[in-house]
Amino acid sequence: MSTTTDLKAEQRAAKPVLQLGDRIFSGSAKGAGILILVVLAGVAIFLFSEAFPALVAPASEIRGGNGLVAYIWPLVFGTLLSAMIALAVATPLAVAVALFITHYAPRRVAQGLGYLVDLLAAVPSIVYGLWGFAVLAPASVGFSTWLNDYLGWIPLFAGPVSVTGRTILVASLVLAVMILPIVTAVAREVFLQTPKLHEEAALALGATRWEMIRMSVLPFGRSGIISGAMLGLGRALGETMAVATVLSVSGVVTFNLISSSNPSTIAADIALQFPESTGLAVNTLVTSGLVLFAITLGVNMLARYIINRRREFSGAN
Amino acid sequence: MSIDTQRERSPERELDTSLDAMPVIRGQLPRWSPWVGLVAVVLIVGGVLSATGLSIGLFAVVSAVVYAVGMYTASRVVEGPRKATDRLVTIIVTAAFLVALIPLVSVVYTVVSEGLSRFDAEFFNSSMLGIVGEGGGAYHAVMGTLIITGLAAAMSIPVGLLTAIYLVEYGKGRLARAITFFVDVMTGIPSIVAGLFAFALFALFFGPGVRMGFAGAVALSVLMVPVVVRSTEEMLKIVPNELREASFALGVPKWRTILKVVLPTSVAGIATGVTLAIARVMGETAPLLVTVGLATGMNLNPFDGRMATLPVFAYYSYVSPGVPREPSLERAWTAALVLIMIVMALNLLARLISRVFAPKTR
Amino acid sequence: MAKSIDVANLDIYYGSFLAVHDVTMTIKPQTVTALIGPSGCGKSTFLRSINRMHEVIPGARVEGRIELDGLNLYGPGVDPVAVRRQIGMVFQRPNPFPTMSIYDNVIAGMRLNNKKMKKAALDDLVERSLRGANLWNEVKDRLEKPGSGLSGGQQQRLCIARAIAVQPDVLLMDEPCSALDPISTLAIEDLINELKNDYTIVIVTHNMQQAARVSDFTGFFNIEGTGKPGKLVEMDDTKTIFSQPAQQATEDYVSGRFG
Ligand SMILES: Nc1ncnc2c1ncn2[C@@H]1O[C@H](COP(=O)(O)OP(=O)(O)O)[C@@H](O)[C@H]1O
Ligand SMILES: [Mg+2]
Repeated sequence: MSTTTDLKAEQRAAKPVLQLGDRIFSGSAKGAGILILVVLAGVAIFLFSEAFPALVAPASEIRGGNGLVAYIWPLVFGTLLSAMIALAVATPLAVAVALFITHYAPRRVAQGLGYLVDLLAAVPSIVYGLWGFAVLAPASVGFSTWLNDYLGWIPLFAGPVSVTGRTILVASLVLAVMILPIVTAVAREVFLQTPKLHEEAALALGATRWEMIRMSVLPFGRSGIISGAMLGLGRALGETMAVATVLSVSGVVTFNLISSSNPSTIAADIALQFPESTGLAVNTLVTSGLVLFAITLGVNMLARYIINRRREFSGAN
Repeated sequence: MSIDTQRERSPERELDTSLDAMPVIRGQLPRWSPWVGLVAVVLIVGGVLSATGLSIGLFAVVSAVVYAVGMYTASRVVEGPRKATDRLVTIIVTAAFLVALIPLVSVVYTVVSEGLSRFDAEFFNSSMLGIVGEGGGAYHAVMGTLIITGLAAAMSIPVGLLTAIYLVEYGKGRLARAITFFVDVMTGIPSIVAGLFAFALFALFFGPGVRMGFAGAVALSVLMVPVVVRSTEEMLKIVPNELREASFALGVPKWRTILKVVLPTSVAGIATGVTLAIARVMGETAPLLVTVGLATGMNLNPFDGRMATLPVFAYYSYVSPGVPREPSLERAWTAALVLIMIVMALNLLARLISRVFAPKTR
Repeated sequence: MAKSIDVANLDIYYGSFLAVHDVTMTIKPQTVTALIGPSGCGKSTFLRSINRMHEVIPGARVEGRIELDGLNLYGPGVDPVAVRRQIGMVFQRPNPFPTMSIYDNVIAGMRLNNKKMKKAALDDLVERSLRGANLWNEVKDRLEKPGSGLSGGQQQRLCIARAIAVQPDVLLMDEPCSALDPISTLAIEDLINELKNDYTIVIVTHNMQQAARVSDFTGFFNIEGTGKPGKLVEMDDTKTIFSQPAQQATEDYVSGRFG
């Protein structure tokens, strides 16, 4: 039935319609992508314009009266300190949990266990905040006292012990709980990718399960663990509510983890101060927000870089 | 056991010891030993500690340490150092997993037990307007959370889906690479910074001190879009190219191929990802704190002033309860419970979606 | 229905890489033409350029002419989508749409192009196409089941049914049996013999016996070395190619003395 003219006729009839559909569709897809770029540019521009007055204001007008750096520095310190402690607690635990799920748990329940750990990530941060305040903080007092009694000569545990338990140690532990599922998820992923061949080669050499893990799984997963930890660190640095709720803050710079005067974090400080702030105080907070953004951005980029470099070297195609 | 008699006769024994390797047949702890050992340790430590009267935490820690040391020693004596290390690591890894479960269990237990006392009809059908002390509820906060999250989803899902489609199906070259990079950047934006951004944007148009639901929705969108893009991208990428080619070969234009073949094939995964993204932003507190604030009464208009949301409601009810404290704290816990229930329900829904809508083969 | 194909001085590129050089051939209507040759010599590339599937790959392009009954498929203003409706294709690995039932797979060409048809007409089309693909008797009781639940051979015949349901003039097949067992292969070969009454068929195959069994004409592609373009060495009656080819290279290849 179809002839040459038929094809030509169809082209003429169908082409404009089809091309229009394709153009509209690809155009709107592209538009959405560009919108994201525009919004991000907006984020940068608006934040800078809101931060600008604080950058040029005389030091005496900034809260605290000693200038921007003096205001933000203790917050940066608190942010880094709490995030580092959280990371130090969470990473080994996460590696162990990931190992348990991938190599120790019976195969049938492993997936369910993985899901259980993922649920930890689903709990809203405000809930962790309430829990940290109401449960973990009081429960920590005994432990902190013990630390102070026996390890008080270490500056970290110098005391005096906070009676409420709302210390930077507890805030960090809450953060550790919150980033645990993130680090675990990444570690689990790379452990599962360990070539079966390597594992079997190790077992064939007569290795025990732990020796197999030490010989093939951990070396293979090392960069994955590092990048997972970096992602967790990025999350811990920016976490707001858990810290704002748990921590009793007093803008000091100290390594004392268990006393009642603790450094605040940038995010928590914004959440605590912002609702009551006006004018230059708002600009100051936005500036500290920019600093936080820069820190997390650096950490996340480093994590991505490690992940990507690993991907290139893994040769898993 | 017969193993022991074999061990005596084993001709390889000398060879084994000389190579310092684990012999093929050698002393082994019986299979039941880990369990019996565990029960024994628990009983003994429990007995000793209950006599001196100490806490559960201490009991668990001491039991674990005693058990690990005991098993290691026993295994080292009977099975040799390599096997003993293996057993020790097994114990440590298992213990770590159990430790990781403690917060989950504790959080769920605390929130449920504290939250149930106000989990009543009044909580769900009244606001805080004119309430001092007892009574009151979070109807307004539930509605606020639903409205703001709904708005955020309505903005982020189309943008996220289309961007992912662009990246996977159309994008090559500089623009696509730039978008990929900045979506990565966006993934790392702390939620409070997203809140500040939305605030700064709206302050520009409405003056400083602006608070409205829509600003909160914009902040949540900034957090939600990258999640939607990433998960959708993953899902589109695993649709085999063969299906696209099959469709092209039938004379189907590209856009219809994407709409009718690629998206339906990956719809389960995409819907799962979107649901998880919604669950994720629904619990966000910080960005709403700075953009939306809190209201005591019902406000259903996201373009007009402060609104209440569940997370912010829970936060303020807990940290500034007023006098008397108890009713406000109870409301905070119940709000947390409701929040957790919604988020968990969304997570379950996501699982269900990925089960039910996955392409069938039978 | 069936139409002739004329290829003249065709060069096919992937970006700047010339994959196939200077192909000229004529394919008569209602015949089966087999394309043989070593891996990587550009058979698939050539086949995909006939229905303009080649340009789906980023950077891929074509120089030269391919005419379908005298109409240059690469002429200005020709919509590749319209070309693909007239020149159907069956792929190496069966690829039924996993989200669709057997029934929907057959009429996918109609559905996806939003062609409105009466239910009775659709039923009729499904039966005709499945009968045409020798699959009707095996699946008529489970048309609503997913297409991906069939065996590999059945899936491939489903894909053939799907391709002929849009009533093309030409059917291209790229190693349609290489993923199938011998019995399914036989079923497909029988089917090809029947289909040539209605269609012009071009089939790429690695299996010399298959080429000898099913085709009327055979084209032999070869490549001089990696990085060099593939070329059409010669094309003739299948009998001639397998008994007394004009080129030494062809004789070496068909008699298994290649390489
Ligand atoms: N998508 C592609 N991009 C770049 N080069 C390709 C692509 N597909 C095939 N080629 C190259 O084109 C040449 C011909 O390949 P192909 O047509 O698949 O050969 P055949 O089907 O005869 O085995 C090979 O050198 C191959 O590497
Ligand atoms: Mg090929």
